[in-house]
Amino acid sequence: MKKMIQHGLAIVDSPYDDEGKKRTLVNKLLLGLTPSQYLLQAFRNPFNWILAAIFAIGIPILIGRFFFGLAWATSGSNDYPWGLFLGFGLFAMVPLSSSGFQLGTACEIFGRHDLEPIERLALLNGLLGYFFAVMYLLADLGQPWRLPYPMVVSFGPAAVLFLVAWHVATYLSVQVAEVSTAFFEWIGFPAGKRAIRKITLGLTVSGIILSTLHQGALGALFTYAPGKVHPLWYSSSFQWLHFFVSSLPGGLCMVITVSTIVAKTMAWRGDSRFHEKLDKVTVSLAKGACMGIATYITIKLIGIAHDNKWAYLDTGWGQWFMFEIIVGFMLPLTLMTYGVHTRKMAIVRIGAFMTVFGVVLNRVNTAMITFNWKLPHREIPPWREVIISLTIFATYIVVYRFILYRLPILYKWRRQEQEETVPEAVPAAARGRREASTVPVASYSRMTKLD
Amino acid sequence: MKRRNFLKACLIGGTTIALGKTNKGYASGSFEGYPEAMGVLVDTTRCIGCRSCEAACNKEQKLPEPDTSFDDPSVFEHDRRPTAKAYTVVNRYQKEQPSGPVYRKVQCNHCNEPACLTSCFVNAYTKTQEGAVIYNSKVCVGCRNCMIACPFNAPGYDYDSATNPVVKKCILCYDTRLKYGRPPACVEICPQEALTFGHRADLIKLAHERIRATPDRYVDHVYGEKEVGGTSWLYLAPVGFDKLGFDTTLSNDPIISNVKDFLGMVPMVLSIWPALFSGIHLLCKNQEHGEHGHDTDSNQEDTKP
Repeated sequence: MKKMIQHGLAIVDSPYDDEGKKRTLVNKLLLGLTPSQYLLQAFRNPFNWILAAIFAIGIPILIGRFFFGLAWATSGSNDYPWGLFLGFGLFAMVPLSSSGFQLGTACEIFGRHDLEPIERLALLNGLLGYFFAVMYLLADLGQPWRLPYPMVVSFGPAAVLFLVAWHVATYLSVQVAEVSTAFFEWIGFPAGKRAIRKITLGLTVSGIILSTLHQGALGALFTYAPGKVHPLWYSSSFQWLHFFVSSLPGGLCMVITVSTIVAKTMAWRGDSRFHEKLDKVTVSLAKGACMGIATYITIKLIGIAHDNKWAYLDTGWGQWFMFEIIVGFMLPLTLMTYGVHTRKMAIVRIGAFMTVFGVVLNRVNTAMITFNWKLPHREIPPWREVIISLTIFATYIVVYRFILYRLPILYKWRRQEQEETVPEAVPAAARGRREASTVPVASYSRMTKLD
Repeated sequence: MKRRNFLKACLIGGTTIALGKTNKGYASGSFEGYPEAMGVLVDTTRCIGCRSCEAACNKEQKLPEPDTSFDDPSVFEHDRRPTAKAYTVVNRYQKEQPSGPVYRKVQCNHCNEPACLTSCFVNAYTKTQEGAVIYNSKVCVGCRNCMIACPFNAPGYDYDSATNPVVKKCILCYDTRLKYGRPPACVEICPQEALTFGHRADLIKLAHERIRATPDRYVDHVYGEKEVGGTSWLYLAPVGFDKLGFDTTLSNDPIISNVKDFLGMVPMVLSIWPALFSGIHLLCKNQEHGEHGHDTDSNQEDTKP
């Protein structure tokens, strides 16, 4: 894409193209390219080849899982009923997706409009994370077609999972509504956008409620297995609090991570507002994440003190626990605090990556690695399970990229009247480029011949 | 904030509360089990490891043929657990002891307050009056939370089935025998009378009576009398239960009592959060209108609620 823009391609950021004609849906879907140009840029991207390789192997195995059963695709263990699909897919994706409700709260409830350049990215990150957590769940459930049963057929209201099912389903629809404003802008349906704007406050508040509860509920799921989860990762009183509080820095740091990646890999898509404000917004997010991590470490230590589990720290499990909390939480807290104070963005971002790693490690530890710590054998996921997990994650990346390329997430959608009222919203660089090149498509086709 | 928006927020909050009400857990005090509940007392000092109970269970429950025959002693080399293909298994312990090995039959213990039942989000499990924990495989979604929750690792999952995998475990022969007042197949077949079927309350008395009559033969504990709120299957043992693969670290409270801390918090969040955050929003709004030039950067509010 970068090369094409250098050669004068006008990126899609308004309903009208250069000649003032209304863009068609196909044109918007193809990023303003012709089909052959679109294919060309897709083929030229080496990352697409990696994805293609993953899909070529992964999709047949994923389909095989539904034909040959879970025993074929996963470890199919009675002692470790939850493998990678849930241990990583569900339990790690959900905390990394708490960004939606946090940025929604900051912008809409606390009125932190300075965070708006990243609000939509955070909302989308939340939506996709949840959506793909559900995809992982569908791959893992014995009978995924029965997923609506807890909603319509048979109710088990005393179960924590019942709460998780209802809340994730409700919250997914809340997030679809929140992200749909960007979609309505892009598709050209302002009435829909206005309707959503009116209920934004309600959506945001219900987002906070649902998130608090099901982030905590995922932790509470493990309070059903007091003897199986290792005491250092288990706390009857605080388990839900540990999961909820660690999801806060997890979500914020995931947004820092994603925004860092997209600012590098799809710089053309972000407008000047996004690029100029990114560092400042990252600092704000990192500050929030630092407070979250500090709170998390505190209650984690309180949890250990509450049940007097200090002796466990002196075991092999204890060292593993200290590795998790030091590398995954304490070190990033130090790095981010230092980075924020000295405005060293690279250090802040490294801290954020490490926090994401820490949260994922914590969930995988609780659900898989330290689970059944009293049993003599540990379960290593078989290769098919790993491949399927990787395939679903690759799909997540593809869908994420597909949406970021198109919808006004990283940039502001320009409308005719907006250009007059909010001129600074127009990416100056892009406009300059467009003025400079008189015959964009012609110059581009010249380039393709050269290649 | 417009009044209309406020009312809308209230409406949405209210709906969420109404929705969430159903999520409240049954916070029952201490359920001692149904008075008429039946149970089985396993006297491990009598068991000779003949595995005829395994064979009887296989036949009664129409389970698939086992990999090796029920006479094959090689299965004792490793500890086994109940699976979807074998609802009960016998394990051998204390092999090197001069007093000879001790055998222990493992199956679902049919808790008074089953963890599987309370963890199931489609309410597939039922604790019947007769004491059996049965399940409705027609609604099982296959989340396997019951297997996570079970403190005895009893439920198995038939991972091999692609089209209709469900959780499977001992149901105390409820459909074919218990319902009609007959003992389970394993009890009936036992040649050593190691298994005794009866009312749970009577079995507890019987177990303590045996310990009192021959204190040298048993350790003074009836496993299952109090563990996780009591189970329908009760065990007597000649040596410490921890030496026979029993989990002796289990609390006497049912598993659900660990979850109540969280379940109690749910209605609080549902009722307090909407007002709290709508209120904060109102405060922030007023501030914006009041002092136009306020510096948002100096006001580094943490984004977590």
